[in-house]
Amino acid sequence: MAEIIVVTSGKGGVGKTTTSAAIGTGLALKGHKTAIIDFDVGLRNLDLIMGCERRVVYDFVNVINGEANLNQALIKDKRVENLSILPASQTRDKDALTQEGVQKVLDEMKKTYDYIICDSPAGIEKGAHMAMYFADQAVVVTNPEVSSVRDSDRILGILQSKTLRAEKGEEPVKEHLLLTRYSPERVERGEMLSVKDVEEILSIPLLGVIPESKAVLSASNQGQPVILDDESDAGQAYDDAVRRLLGEDIEHRFLSASKKGLLSRMFGGR
Amino acid sequence: MSQLELFRKNKIKLGPMQDTEAALDSEACFKLKGSRVTMTILELYRYDYKSFNDTLSSTVSSAPDFFQQTPVILSLEKCPADNFIDFIELGELCREYGMIPVAVRGGSEEQLLSANVAGLPSLPPASISTRSPEPAPDTAVAVREVEIEVPISANKVITTPVRSGQQIYAPGGDLVVLAPVSAGAEILADGNIHVYAPLRGRALAGVKGDDSARIFCQSLEAELISISGNYKVNEDLQGSLWKQAIKAELEGDQLIISPL
Repeated sequence: MAEIIVVTSGKGGVGKTTTSAAIGTGLALKGHKTAIIDFDVGLRNLDLIMGCERRVVYDFVNVINGEANLNQALIKDKRVENLSILPASQTRDKDALTQEGVQKVLDEMKKTYDYIICDSPAGIEKGAHMAMYFADQAVVVTNPEVSSVRDSDRILGILQSKTLRAEKGEEPVKEHLLLTRYSPERVERGEMLSVKDVEEILSIPLLGVIPESKAVLSASNQGQPVILDDESDAGQAYDDAVRRLLGEDIEHRFLSASKKGLLSRMFGGR
Repeated sequence: MSQLELFRKNKIKLGPMQDTEAALDSEACFKLKGSRVTMTILELYRYDYKSFNDTLSSTVSSAPDFFQQTPVILSLEKCPADNFIDFIELGELCREYGMIPVAVRGGSEEQLLSANVAGLPSLPPASISTRSPEPAPDTAVAVREVEIEVPISANKVITTPVRSGQQIYAPGGDLVVLAPVSAGAEILADGNIHVYAPLRGRALAGVKGDDSARIFCQSLEAELISISGNYKVNEDLQGSLWKQAIKAELEGDQLIISPL
């Protein structure tokens, strides 16, 4: 049975799409058939981060409207086997997403895929709601600053009340906290909330901590999921997160500041 | 001019005036609300003036203070359908003894018609279980207390975190929260509020005006706490008791916070 995982945050710009791309790619690398769906209709980004923007012919909205079938719209990744991307439409808006339409597409995808990653748009409106509605698990992406934490808290409340699982009174959506853009140096200087602070406020299990890293920006610009850059700390941190998502028990890394000169030493970041 | 025409004319004339009045007075002068109350049911087995009067006087004399302006519902479910009841007469008798009939329940069509003439509205019959045949006692009336849809306990227990943007209200009782209450969340209760975790949001106890309501929490980090409308905001709370286990209660109009 396919697992539907929504990557969400409430706040924009915290790294949802980067995370969707990294986790989706990571799951596929581990041999699971994985699809990533871009729910950010009108502000399509996932295809850029995945580097497949020139191959988009049909999109998610076309499939919902019956203008194309799923196989026409899904883009197979050229680097990683088992990975497909369903891009969003750039010319439409979120109203094009209907509950019935989304359900129909997800039901069809469930037959072939092990994991379906839903890349949620920012906000708590229709697009975000549709992305999370059918989810079994949620990765809540949070930056270590108060407004992002507050928005994540809001999203967690919505996940517990406005999803299909909540409405049917089933086991609630499984929540994971992913802290991104974490800078141990700034935490030590008291400029940033610490992992402990965020965990205390949100009180959900920590899936991973992704350090602030230049590798993320350069990977995005190259259209390369950062997890493929296994030399970088962010890539390794995402790999750890994917392993934890699959049930492995791994110690958290990159939580404390490394001494000057050791930044280049990529392994054993602790 | 016929009455109807007059009425129409008046209506047209009055219409816009009423509208402007309504517009001027933006605050509505009342609001309809649903509520549940405990009522006394007077279960009637048969009715004639003399036996009703006798039974009533002996019932009331046994507890004269009990029936002071007591609203009662007349249940006709065990009364024979063909027993004619003069509700105006019955109503007067009841009022003499301090009971005020407010409605009838069950009864035949004729009885209901008579009740409506006396200005008593009819309620739908009670559930089957209370109507199961049981031998009617010798007395003509039996007065008993019944609960109408009042839950045994109105207290509410929440075990999952109350997140930003969520609002939880415990009407008619206490609210117990066994998980953190986030900043931006709001918890309200007619009674007390207990939070066995950090309280970071807003907590309002005794929202219907219960001055004796209290708030207890394991770590005071609230945006606002209020008891019966007397409140303190975050700025006033950040003192020596910040992040401590506290209780809050009213002394007069003063909201007093003290360590637990």
